Amino acid sequence: MRALLIRHIQVFFYSLGQLWRTPWGSLMSVAVIAVSLTLPTALYLVLELTDEISGSWQTGAEITLFLTAEVDDKAAVELADRLRQRPGIRSVSYVSAAAALEEFRQKSGFGVALDLLDQNPLPSLLRLQPDPDQAAPAQINQLIEQFQALAEVDTAEFDHAWVQRLHAMVAIGQRLALIASLLLGVGVVLIIGNTIRLAIFNRRDEIEISKLIGATDAFIRRPFLYSGLQQGALGGLLALLLVYASLSLLAPVADRLAGFYQSGLTLQIMGWVELLLLPIIGGALGLFGAWLAVGRHLRDIEPG
Amino acid sequence: MIRFSEVYKRYPGGGEALKNVGFRLAPGEMSFLTGHSGAGKSTLLKLITAIERPTRGQVWIGGENISKIKSRKVPFLRRRIGVIFQDHKLLYDRTVFDNVALPLVVAGLNHGEVRRRVRAALDKVGLLKKERVYPVALSGGEQQRVGIARAVAGKPPLLLADEPTGNLDPALSLEIMNLFAEFNRVGVAVLIASHDLELIQRLGYRQMVLDHGELVAGGEPL
Repeated sequence: MRALLIRHIQVFFYSLGQLWRTPWGSLMSVAVIAVSLTLPTALYLVLELTDEISGSWQTGAEITLFLTAEVDDKAAVELADRLRQRPGIRSVSYVSAAAALEEFRQKSGFGVALDLLDQNPLPSLLRLQPDPDQAAPAQINQLIEQFQALAEVDTAEFDHAWVQRLHAMVAIGQRLALIASLLLGVGVVLIIGNTIRLAIFNRRDEIEISKLIGATDAFIRRPFLYSGLQQGALGGLLALLLVYASLSLLAPVADRLAGFYQSGLTLQIMGWVELLLLPIIGGALGLFGAWLAVGRHLRDIEPG
Repeated sequence: MIRFSEVYKRYPGGGEALKNVGFRLAPGEMSFLTGHSGAGKSTLLKLITAIERPTRGQVWIGGENISKIKSRKVPFLRRRIGVIFQDHKLLYDRTVFDNVALPLVVAGLNHGEVRRRVRAALDKVGLLKKERVYPVALSGGEQQRVGIARAVAGKPPLLLADEPTGNLDPALSLEIMNLFAEFNRVGVAVLIASHDLELIQRLGYRQMVLDHGELVAGGEPL
């Protein structure tokens, strides 16, 4: 058991040494792997950010219920009380037709013109703020439908329809990022598989001789598997640096964007867990690619 | 050590390489296998190391029937047999020391033990001073001695050699054969395929003669 562990450690450093001895070939495949891992990661992070910003807008969203002319102050206050009881509503405020007119008079500067009207043209209205936890587009839509069905309500409006559209676009983007990750992941497996295939053919004699003097398949396989693992993990590390570099280029622009919307968000640089995830994913893909190549080609080399 | 019983080997699409071959090699015995090119010498050695399986008949190595040995058991069979090749089959990107160490590393020996045994093996073939050298820097005879050191490093009870003196001049050939005789004196069974008849006659060990796949002389131990 201990001998096996020592053997693994030896092979680990031996494979690392092999990478070092063929710096150009190794660097090329590590770089290709790094780029393949960087693209989906960067895409994913930007989408994450977009989603967070749109989420923060969502919480500030308001539903406005324009009441019909028949509803008087008393009925409106009652309705407001009733709505306050509903789940998913954080606050309800009543603005009477008179108050709305007053507000409009002050803000618009049409005071004199309004005096000429013999009756108030504005409807009274209720302003609702949805609970931020329940402000997903689907839930908002459901609320609006319910409000629209109320007899007292003329129109129910949610003025942030474009936020919903953004949500939908982010969802499409996330799907695309997933597809891109899968394709590029397959790419990484193929790249490493091919690198290992070449390494196997380059060391054909060594493999044949090792088999002749009693090496088990596991013994012969090991350095190639380690080599794939190491190339993948190094590619993941390099991808990490590339992601950092791209993010620090994006950060000032993103901060300004966030500033416009008072969202207080900054481009999140990944935490320690995500930090380790890239080399781990890279290593796993590399190991898998090497495993495929080894399974396919090692059997072909038999002493004869 | 080795027992063949009614062994036939037919290659797909080819003729019969071995026909009804039967013989024994006792533990600690040394013997030569001779015959013209294509008589089946190499095939017979390949059956012993399980590179090929017999078409019919039984092959025993050290009491184990290997006629239908499973692939995953083959490495362990080969660790008990030291093999020497005409073309040495050394790794030219590794030092003499690393070449000789290969079977020991493969067998999972620890570092100190590997070092000790490699030194001992190189000492026996007289190449201890060349352990840091790469094989290209060695003469043909020295390369063959590295091959022998590698074969004996794991202390196998059986040595096989396929035309070990094929590329060497008579003086060097004798030196190599004497080396085999030395290992035989300490109890290692040795089977050498060779067509260097003059040399073999001089050494006076038992001879097995293959002719078109049939064992025509020396089939039973003397």
